[in-house]
Amino acid sequence: MNMFTVSGSPHVHGDDSTKKIMYGVVYAMIPAILVSVYFFGLDAIRVLVLSVIGCLFFEWVIQKYLIKGGTTINDGSALVTGILLAFNVPSNLPSWMIIIGALVAIGMAKMSFGGLGKNIFNPALVARVFLLISFPVQMTSWPKPKAITEGLADVVTGPTPLGIVKEGLDAGKTMSELKPQIPTYMQDLMGQMGGSMGEVSALALILGGIYMLVKKIITWHIPVSMLGTVVIFSGILWGFNPEHYADPVFHLLTGGMLLGAIFMATDMVSCPMTKRGQLVYGFGIGLLTILIRIWGAYPEGVSFAILFMNAVVPLINKAFKPKRFGAKPGVAINQ
Amino acid sequence: MGILKTFALGGVHPEENKLSANAPIEVLPLPKQAIIPLGQNLGAPSKAIVKKGDKVKVGQLIAEASGFISTNIHSPVSGTVFKLDNVIDGSGYKRPGIIINVDGDEWDESIDISDTLITEITDDAQAIIDKVKKAGLVGMGGATFPTYVKLMPPPGKVAEYLIINGVECEPYLTSDHRLMLEKGQEMLIGTKILMKALGVSKAIIGIENNKPDAINHISVLAKDFEGISVQALKVQYPQGGEKQLIKATVNREVPSGKLPIEVGCVVQNVGTAFAVYEAVQKNKPLIDRVVSVTGKAVKKPANYLARIGTPIQQLIDASEGLPENTGKIVNGGPMMGKALTSLDVPVVKGSSGILLMKKEESSRKVESPCIRCSKCTYVCPMGLEPYLLSKAAKLAKYDIAEDEMVMDCIECGSCQYTCPASIPLLDYLRLGKSKVGAIMRDRNKK
Amino acid sequence: MDNVILIAVIALGSLGLVAAVILYFIASKFKVFEDPKIDEVEEALPAANCGGCGEPGCRAFAESCVKTAKETKALEGLNCPVGGNDVMQDVGKILGLEVEAKAPMIAVVRCHGSKTNSPEKVNYEGATSCAFAHALYAGEGGCMHGCLGLGDCVDVCDFDAIHMNPETGLPEVNDKCTACNACVVACPRDIIELRKKGPKGKRIFVSCINEEKGAPAKKNCQVACIGCSKCFKVCPHDAITMNSFLAYIDFEKCTLCRKCVVECPTNAIHEINFKPRKPRPEKPAASVERKPAPKKVEEKVEAGQTAVKEEKKETPNDNKE
Repeated sequence: MNMFTVSGSPHVHGDDSTKKIMYGVVYAMIPAILVSVYFFGLDAIRVLVLSVIGCLFFEWVIQKYLIKGGTTINDGSALVTGILLAFNVPSNLPSWMIIIGALVAIGMAKMSFGGLGKNIFNPALVARVFLLISFPVQMTSWPKPKAITEGLADVVTGPTPLGIVKEGLDAGKTMSELKPQIPTYMQDLMGQMGGSMGEVSALALILGGIYMLVKKIITWHIPVSMLGTVVIFSGILWGFNPEHYADPVFHLLTGGMLLGAIFMATDMVSCPMTKRGQLVYGFGIGLLTILIRIWGAYPEGVSFAILFMNAVVPLINKAFKPKRFGAKPGVAINQ
Repeated sequence: MGILKTFALGGVHPEENKLSANAPIEVLPLPKQAIIPLGQNLGAPSKAIVKKGDKVKVGQLIAEASGFISTNIHSPVSGTVFKLDNVIDGSGYKRPGIIINVDGDEWDESIDISDTLITEITDDAQAIIDKVKKAGLVGMGGATFPTYVKLMPPPGKVAEYLIINGVECEPYLTSDHRLMLEKGQEMLIGTKILMKALGVSKAIIGIENNKPDAINHISVLAKDFEGISVQALKVQYPQGGEKQLIKATVNREVPSGKLPIEVGCVVQNVGTAFAVYEAVQKNKPLIDRVVSVTGKAVKKPANYLARIGTPIQQLIDASEGLPENTGKIVNGGPMMGKALTSLDVPVVKGSSGILLMKKEESSRKVESPCIRCSKCTYVCPMGLEPYLLSKAAKLAKYDIAEDEMVMDCIECGSCQYTCPASIPLLDYLRLGKSKVGAIMRDRNKK
Repeated sequence: MDNVILIAVIALGSLGLVAAVILYFIASKFKVFEDPKIDEVEEALPAANCGGCGEPGCRAFAESCVKTAKETKALEGLNCPVGGNDVMQDVGKILGLEVEAKAPMIAVVRCHGSKTNSPEKVNYEGATSCAFAHALYAGEGGCMHGCLGLGDCVDVCDFDAIHMNPETGLPEVNDKCTACNACVVACPRDIIELRKKGPKGKRIFVSCINEEKGAPAKKNCQVACIGCSKCFKVCPHDAITMNSFLAYIDFEKCTLCRKCVVECPTNAIHEINFKPRKPRPEKPAASVERKPAPKKVEEKVEAGQTAVKEEKKETPNDNKE
């Protein structure tokens, strides 16, 4: 005798799962991983492995011994956090700092809120900002990218393009004077600029973004509104005084802008739930980033901007509802 | 055909699995015993007017409407009333019903049982509505709303379009598809009758693009019918929902909490149009319907013309038996159908299909935490936020659920279908709807 | 310099004076008189804000107590189920009224369709909500009146007094129950009833609400009330009524004589917190004398129907559960 199952409709499922989404993000990050390994060599692998293992370990330990429930390290969310954390630090960061970063990301930013899906802030970004404030020297001495083919020895550290511009402008130089010091757009695109591990190659990040768009892991709303705001806002300033403000393309391609727009701001857990809200969220991040980059104390502002907007997400969710069906009056034909 | 139309918000595209699309409609043999539940329509159940031992003929009235939203029930078989007792319905509840022992197949004299097609419509609008009401017609798509009520727009409202729903957006089901192919002419006459009853000059038959044969067939036939046009639609679930279909065909949005007549539309199913033809032209009440029996493990997926009251066991036997590893039986399609608790339930006016699901398909996936991916809001055809509503219902915050318009939910299941965390969103939405509905009724009373 | 200080003092002083005058007038204009007894009564209440009395909270209950006492010189119809008699006596003292003692009540689960008594026929998957499951289907055991076992009653209990027994799949009420009525309202099938707690927690009730005829009722559940009327006939106190194949024991009339319990052919009538009776004559089982101290039983489980069964039938072989 068969025992039938009774449940409410629907009786079929679309076969999507958290695991699929998380591994989709991991696949999308592969080009950027390869580029970072190409430029930073063994150090990149060290940072990646430590960060990923650290995140997985802390997730497992906290779930098993503190929360005392089943562990979910298989669902890939800790893996994504681990890789993103590695992307957000310089490749020469001391190992113990990476472990601390992983603990902050998982323990403080994720698990203390209740685990997957309940964190307000992006865990990897919380860890990055934590490290940046705690260890400013180590977090801002970036090794110069050097193709792996050029040999492994002699790692030279140097400032990021954003750092060069910020310092130069503060010292009273003009953009045209600084131009020879900063990498060309082509170099930005390919990854030949100083910076954190994952943010060096714009091209690899864009590839990952396209993959996620095709796989419907992210929607276009956040990246487009964020980058659009950056281009427009920095464009206005640049048009106003090109000698004192960097041009929009420079802002777009340098620093953590693309990494932030494609991988960090689009983090499902900490971004708004509606498409309208996402547009506002992206706008806010873009605006804040440029404000911090130009007038703030730090040369880079993407992570602060995203964290700030993360905190605003509950309000955005309340204020921006989806377009309801039938909310606007129908065609009145009976009057 | 041009660009295919569809509705604007949300929607999903589940695997179609129209396994029985090519199986012609077969007439199922009469059952030995017909079980006729009295509650076969949305609204008040009917009231039995026969008693134990009464002889009945096919088409004889055995239960009459007990209110405005209620319908007549006619005997689908001829024989003797065995008893009036509680019968088990699909959900396992016992509800009043009539059990008739079948003896021969003697029809009521007033019914025209010939095959001749009667094209000319002689009745006027009121006569049509009376006939439809008398014949006990309900919406054949599954909602079982009494048809005649829809044909009488409230004062001050005028219908402009009649929209015939040939979408059949539910996966697996093919009864409407087969009906359009085999009874297209009758269905179109039925449409014409409905147009006359409503006094409208335009009728649109919406058919999804995964049924090109039906689109072609009906388009060719419709040339002879003035005012009837066929609209091919992009395949998108839940296009068969009234509001979605109106949006897709005439691009009008039914306001929240209102009926389609608000935007001058009346939607009827193709099955209903066919039943209207039979009721008005042939004087035949609603005593049988087309039911698909389908499923991946079913040996012979088929479409049957079955009398109301036939036990579904008989339909499954006709399709060469219940497959060994059946884990779930669904009355209707996989997106909105109801799971049955046993096989001892009869075909009723609203049964559009019997779906037998394999064991491995019938269990839900293990629920995991919500990752706030908002896919449920993207696919919701009503523009709601299922994640929020289900959470509100779960935590008994019914005021929030009401403010966030939980009552607009059409229970299409797109949110739960798409949820990567396999959260039973619709379960909680339904819970919220029923609780909020009760709260609102209480408030209105005061 | 002195000037500056003087100006400041005068300016601030007059500002303060003006504000004080305005405040005085506003305060006297908008003064709301509140009976100080309301505060006193509220103080005496348990502050659980459970709503068991029918008022939205303890403050509202205190208000209506004071109001009713003023108007009718009695506290008719007002009862704090959580505080019980003691609290109502206190309230009465504050308001200068005599309050008659009410018998303590307790929630009773009137279904015993456990997994063994009413075996699963279908397998339910979905939301853990009785209200939803009730709308969806009849129940795993097939009984459309029986407990769905998804714990809506447990969720609404503010007093940790009702819990699901994982073995039977039924809720069990313990001594913490304050008869606040929340679970009674929450149960979509009206299985839970508030009944007299009884002396030393002794009580007898029909643990079934199925009004179906005997055969269909028994088909789904072997401990269903089949409406045989045997208990009705044996009851010397007219405490049992039959209502379409279902017996109901009126707890006001019941004297706890236990005659009906032995009579019931399906063991649908439960007795709780009684001492184990002597072996029945027709079942002369040389049973192991289990003598649970009554006190201990009371502490342990109140409506532990499983435990009751065990006590009643003393032979271990008889113990079906």
